Amino acid sequence: MPDTFQPRIVGFCCKYCAYAAADLAGSMRLSYPASIKIIQVPCTGRVDVIHVLRALEEGVDGVMIAGCLEGECHFLEGNLKARKRITQVKALLKRIGMDPDRVEMFNLSSAMGPRFAEISQEMARRIQDLGPSPIPGEKPKGRAA
Amino acid sequence: MIIAKQKPIEEIISEITPYKRILILGCNECVTVCEAGGKKEVEVLASALRLHYMTKGQGKTFGEATLERQCDREYLEEIRGDMDDYDAVVSLACGVGVQFAAETYTATPLLPGVDTVCLGANEARGVWAERCQACGSCVLARTGGICPVARCAKRVMNGPCGGSANGKCELGPDTDCAWQLIIDRLNSLNRLGDYDVVAPVKDWSSDRAGGPRTVTREDVSI
Repeated sequence: MPDTFQPRIVGFCCKYCAYAAADLAGSMRLSYPASIKIIQVPCTGRVDVIHVLRALEEGVDGVMIAGCLEGECHFLEGNLKARKRITQVKALLKRIGMDPDRVEMFNLSSAMGPRFAEISQEMARRIQDLGPSPIPGEKPKGRAA
Repeated sequence: MIIAKQKPIEEIISEITPYKRILILGCNECVTVCEAGGKKEVEVLASALRLHYMTKGQGKTFGEATLERQCDREYLEEIRGDMDDYDAVVSLACGVGVQFAAETYTATPLLPGVDTVCLGANEARGVWAERCQACGSCVLARTGGICPVARCAKRVMNGPCGGSANGKCELGPDTDCAWQLIIDRLNSLNRLGDYDVVAPVKDWSSDRAGGPRTVTREDVSI
């Protein structure tokens, strides 16, 4: 794998927890990998199978979905629905020959800024180990093809 | 509605192997409601297939379309202009839709993307269960609205049989005894007397035993 590989990860973050936790991580001057591109969603229950597949089709190397702690969803069970869908995506990826580890769901609260930095680093490390996505997509500048 | 479930993606991949340009064709009716072949399922299947072939470095292209109904020629005509762009169609409609599309587009292979299961109802989110077998001569009036044809494994018309125990069928604890349900229902309707009337031998010629069935109505034909 070329040393120049910079993972490109899409993070679907719930407005009520992970997005706020990312904000808190910033306020706390905690660093997390710049490779995570955050998309704010009103609830992880808004994230559907097709959103994850489309991101992978566009050539991103990994997708993380970060929602509220189980039992703490602002919309009661959006995060539980999201988890089921992510389980479905992972099973589908396995069957079509892609590594299911490229997609992961995390749960955290808005007060867990350090945890956000931690899961971002964990995801970035995992994708670094897995290497670039086998899907040809638009690559960021400076990235080896 | 007609209940269907998606075929394993491996089977679909195997079916489309010889073709390069494939249309994934959904249906807005029953298969949308049972979440097997509507617009959403078309998007997910097409995306998954694209990912599969991109991973393998093979250049197949997948188009997506969802028709109002595939069991109606006027809706099937909507894609006539696009058919030249495809080598094959994977239809996510029920068996009726797949066959009707195949009859309409005779030069293009039509492949089924779902397995058609039964005529059923949505019992709970994510649970669909059989309620009708389209036997062609409905007996629900005298069975309290519970069908002994669809819900009794033996299609017993004067039940229950000896396999009924504690309200369950001998098939297993997950299957209610249809005749227990019928008796309970007649009882609650104060019509238990109906149960004493022995049902006549059912005429199965209106079922599949009489071959493929057709309904013709002069009053609505043009």
